[in-house]
Amino acid sequence: MTSATTRDVTATRPLGDRTGRGRLTLAGAALVLVAAAVLSLALGPTGISLDAVPRVVRALLAGGTASPEIARERLVLVDIRLTRTVLGILVGASLGITGAMMQGLFRNPLADPGLVGASTGAGLAAVAMIALGGGALAPVVALLGTEAVPVAAVIGAFATTLLLYAIATRQRQTSTATLLLAGVAIGAFAGALTGLIVFGADDRQLRDITFWTLGSLGGAAWPKLAAALPFFAVALAAAPLLARPLNALLLGEAEAVHLGIATEQAKRLAIAAAACAVGASVALSGVIGFVGIVVPHVVRLAAGPDHRIVLPGSALAGAALLLLADTIARVVVAPAELPIGIVTAAIGAPFFLWLLLRQRSGIV
Amino acid sequence: MNGTPPRYGAPQRRAFAISLALTLAALAAGLDRAKAGETVTDGRGRLVEITDTSRIVSIGGSVTEILYDLDLADRIVAVDDTSLYPPEALKTKPSVGYVRALSAEGVLSQGPTLILAEADAGPPPVVDVLMSAAVPFVVLDGRKTPEAVADHIRFVAKAVGETQKGDALAKEVEVGFDRLAAARAKVATPPRVVFVMSLRDGQPLVAGEGTAADAMIRLAGAENAAKGIKGYKAMTTEAMVEAAPEAVIMMRQGPTPVTAETVFAAPAFAGSPAAQAKRLVLVDGLGALGFGPRSPEILLSLCGALDPACTAPAP
Repeated sequence: MTSATTRDVTATRPLGDRTGRGRLTLAGAALVLVAAAVLSLALGPTGISLDAVPRVVRALLAGGTASPEIARERLVLVDIRLTRTVLGILVGASLGITGAMMQGLFRNPLADPGLVGASTGAGLAAVAMIALGGGALAPVVALLGTEAVPVAAVIGAFATTLLLYAIATRQRQTSTATLLLAGVAIGAFAGALTGLIVFGADDRQLRDITFWTLGSLGGAAWPKLAAALPFFAVALAAAPLLARPLNALLLGEAEAVHLGIATEQAKRLAIAAAACAVGASVALSGVIGFVGIVVPHVVRLAAGPDHRIVLPGSALAGAALLLLADTIARVVVAPAELPIGIVTAAIGAPFFLWLLLRQRSGIV
Repeated sequence: MNGTPPRYGAPQRRAFAISLALTLAALAAGLDRAKAGETVTDGRGRLVEITDTSRIVSIGGSVTEILYDLDLADRIVAVDDTSLYPPEALKTKPSVGYVRALSAEGVLSQGPTLILAEADAGPPPVVDVLMSAAVPFVVLDGRKTPEAVADHIRFVAKAVGETQKGDALAKEVEVGFDRLAAARAKVATPPRVVFVMSLRDGQPLVAGEGTAADAMIRLAGAENAAKGIKGYKAMTTEAMVEAAPEAVIMMRQGPTPVTAETVFAAPAFAGSPAAQAKRLVLVDGLGALGFGPRSPEILLSLCGALDPACTAPAP
């Protein structure tokens, strides 16, 4: 029995290698995710711990009205913590996985899920909704109530992505270079509009906008999760279909076409997945950067460039990172909480640098 | 909080110890049983039934100030970051964070039997979660006017079952505002002033229309020289020269103490009457802008600082 762990990582591996390091990475990421999920459910400022779970489950099964103490435990465990855990898993996994897709599709290590305009559009729409909800956009708020901001974010994400896709597509051929450059231009323009709206916002709106741009899982609730589930499902379900095309694209677009890969279809699917992931994430938890860009690299450093490992690995690792970050955000300054964007970068960046220094293998 | 106390992990041990001590203190002080059974209609038109006011989480500077004025400090179990007055509030009580950035579990972890919050409490999804919890969550309306101060005092007092004390305090505040109005009437021509939030690189960030500072200026018998600006905005040097304020108002607290020398060194104020007379007036920011029980006195002293004729009749 040869040990896979002692192999030199800098040695080139054939792409089809799913043994050893790859499996080990997936198993490791899955273990960390399970541990992070348990921690996230067990820890919180109320001090209610997992020993309350059986009581809450029994009360749920028995129906009727529970004692006030159990009702409080149920509220904290089921409605506050479990919603956050589920939201953290969905957002972290879909940002990690679509980050890996975008990096593969554009063959650019700095690509992230927002590359095709979804973040820009979702951000602009949400900021507009927060600042103009009492004025120009009041009818929308009247129609949607508290859901106005999330719905606007999803619509904004898809609208910008579609616009970019239309700009970059000629005769059913999508040029990735045009997509990137048009994305920069549209991003700058949307940034200007956002700036204009922020300029006109009052104190309260500014506070909401600032808080929202740093992200938080604090607004998790079951109805919202149910509404966003289809979007996350699309983002995650696209992965198995994209692993082979993305592997072929590592060789270059022309080579992938010669290998018989339907590159245009793969591009459309990856872009749609990214728009779904970013739109739903931004709508439910604000802007959470860093996860989509760094997690895929961490997985590649550990397991090599094979997308059959990188995609599921990025989903597992992204979910684990976000859950750990959220748990820290809730516990460190309890009973207040930190915006999660601060924590993901604070714990993710040093870890990533350490990995980079430890193994200076080339990053795809 | 009857039954077994919740088990705490290591990080929360201190918080647990504090809350245990508070619980024991509350049990020991059995004489101080809170009056109960009030039903109030809060600022959002929700009917909230309050059964126990022994453990209050107070969110928002004005709510905390009112509770302290009603001698209910010992019932407050936690405050928020804007509860700057009285100073001991934040020194002696845990903070649940900034008023607009609360955490649902954080607030509930303090074991409150009542949550009292200003209209600013947020973010909205967290407030939704708190409203669905079993603990009564009562929110004030968002008005920032003299009438609202008295209304808010009466409202908070009713919620905590101290209607008589609340009436007395509200009347004091109403009398204070009446004296302020009488003093204001003696001001012949309202001085033109600007409220400067900050001076970054010599560019003043001023309070325009629709801000609490704008209301404060008018209540202090002055006129806001920052015309045509809505909200808090940076004002160009040229516009400020054009506005020619006769006095500059700034907040006292802040990382660096502001002095007339540093403020009037800014080119924006060059040649203005305020710079020539070196008239910089410092106010207590929260007291002046927060519309709480201390507003009448603070506004009266501001009015007097801007125009010596502004004096209140002897009470």
